[in-house]
Amino acid sequence: MKVTLNIWRQSKASTKADFRQDGKLVRYQLDHVSPDMSFLEMLDVLNEQLTQQGEEPVAFDHDCREGICGSCGVAIDGVPHGPERGTTACQLHMRSFQDGAVITVEPWRAAAFPVLKDLVVDRSAFDRVVQAGAFISVNTGAPQDANAIPVPKADADRAFDAATCIGCGACVAACKNASAMLFVGAKVSHFVHLPQGRVERDQRARNLVAAMDREGFGNCTNQYECEAACPKEIPVRVIAELNREFVRAKVREEPVVDKGRGGDG
Amino acid sequence: MKWLLEFWRSSIGGKVTMAVTGLLLFLFVLMHMLGNLQFLAGPATINAYAEFLHSKPALLWVARIGLLVIFAVHVRTGIRLATQNKAARPVGYAVDATLRADWASKSMLLTGLTTLAFVVYHLAHFTLGWVHSRDHNSNNVHAMMKHSFGHPGIAIVYVAAQVLLFFHLRHGIRSLAQTLGLNHGRYTPMVAILSLLLAAAIAGGNILITLSVLLGIV
Ligand code: HEM
Ligand code: FES
Repeated sequence: MKVTLNIWRQSKASTKADFRQDGKLVRYQLDHVSPDMSFLEMLDVLNEQLTQQGEEPVAFDHDCREGICGSCGVAIDGVPHGPERGTTACQLHMRSFQDGAVITVEPWRAAAFPVLKDLVVDRSAFDRVVQAGAFISVNTGAPQDANAIPVPKADADRAFDAATCIGCGACVAACKNASAMLFVGAKVSHFVHLPQGRVERDQRARNLVAAMDREGFGNCTNQYECEAACPKEIPVRVIAELNREFVRAKVREEPVVDKGRGGDG
Repeated sequence: MKWLLEFWRSSIGGKVTMAVTGLLLFLFVLMHMLGNLQFLAGPATINAYAEFLHSKPALLWVARIGLLVIFAVHVRTGIRLATQNKAARPVGYAVDATLRADWASKSMLLTGLTTLAFVVYHLAHFTLGWVHSRDHNSNNVHAMMKHSFGHPGIAIVYVAAQVLLFFHLRHGIRSLAQTLGLNHGRYTPMVAILSLLLAAAIAGGNILITLSVLLGIV
């Protein structure tokens, strides 16, 4: 099959002052694309062609190519990971497109995800959110018996719905406001349904939201584009849970006690 | 106070502020629409209702000031959130795709701002008598409404404002439930339908009154 690609090419990394830099859409033609290729394999073919012509290949992120690592991610005709629901770009096949299709490929668009080059964005904002408390702080020691702490099946399922998040950033990319609340909601929901995670629930909710706000993500307006774009189909229920957890944690927050300068504190 | 301000400044605190003030404003517009419907029962009913409200000045002023504060907080917070949302995406997509959102959900700032403009006009019209002052008459609300909505220009503004408010509430009601953490497999679909019905009832009730005058039925 033949496809025409409009790909965002940007040689310099985005900065706060100049997000767009020299970026622009560039048109490429591919005449021998197999419908069995994945979308990324199609880009590999393009890059081979560009390399042979002595041009700079298109930079894009990828690693596992089996839909589990969350590295890949481009907006295909404006939709993160492309037209197939619940599918990462690496698992998307060219048979999902018409022969002769014109396909526009752009990087995730968010202030919190500056473009590094072409289709590659810096998603370390997610790492900083995770570092703010999306984990359980216990010394693990020797492995426990798997059934030492019983977890009801329904709770385990809810936690697992959220734990399937691969951190690809499609939720932010799809959101009309570039909000990260599906991602942060997934982290909060993942832990709050499990007894081990519940111990630090208050500080986790407060710290994750504070970290999210520092990164400059937008605010959710409940339009659910994130749920529709998420390759793991994480439900927006986790955002309602995030809202609940945050309000609960803020209400329960103890006032900061000023023990006085030079006191015995 | 510092705690509250800090809460308000956070993303979710801002959202919750919109939901709580939005809920209160929704309850107000619902009661207001039901009160207005008394117009259809004739001059005696609605004028007695207006007189009853004016006979309790203390209560009236507490309600007015309370509403004004709630409204101001809703507008101020809405503009802040919308500004942050714009800044969160400095470069947009060349191909703009929408998977689930609808016009109502995408246009909350627009329909909110048109509602703000309408509320200012509406107060200047019926409460303060600054515009169309020849029709102004707080002692005979029925006559005032009848005269005003007899002008097609005024009637069209009122109907258009209600259509835009319909869209604001059509997304607003279902949205506030989610913001307040209510999401449930059984009830969330019901809330979405309720959101449509309540928004239609509020806008429809008010439009019914306007059109009944314009078309010469009352
Ligand atoms: C009769 C007057 C109004 C009513 C009943 C009303 C009601 C609501 C409701 C119920 C919501 C949903 C809150 C949520 O999603 O949690 C909302 C959201 C919103 N309102 Fe209003 N509103 C009114 C006037 C206004 C005005 C004058 C503005 C002007 C700026 C405005 C701007 C907004 C915006 C921008 C949102 C979206 C907030 C967000 O989700 O981030 N509204 N409104
Ligand atoms: S490359 Fe790992 S999920 Fe696509």
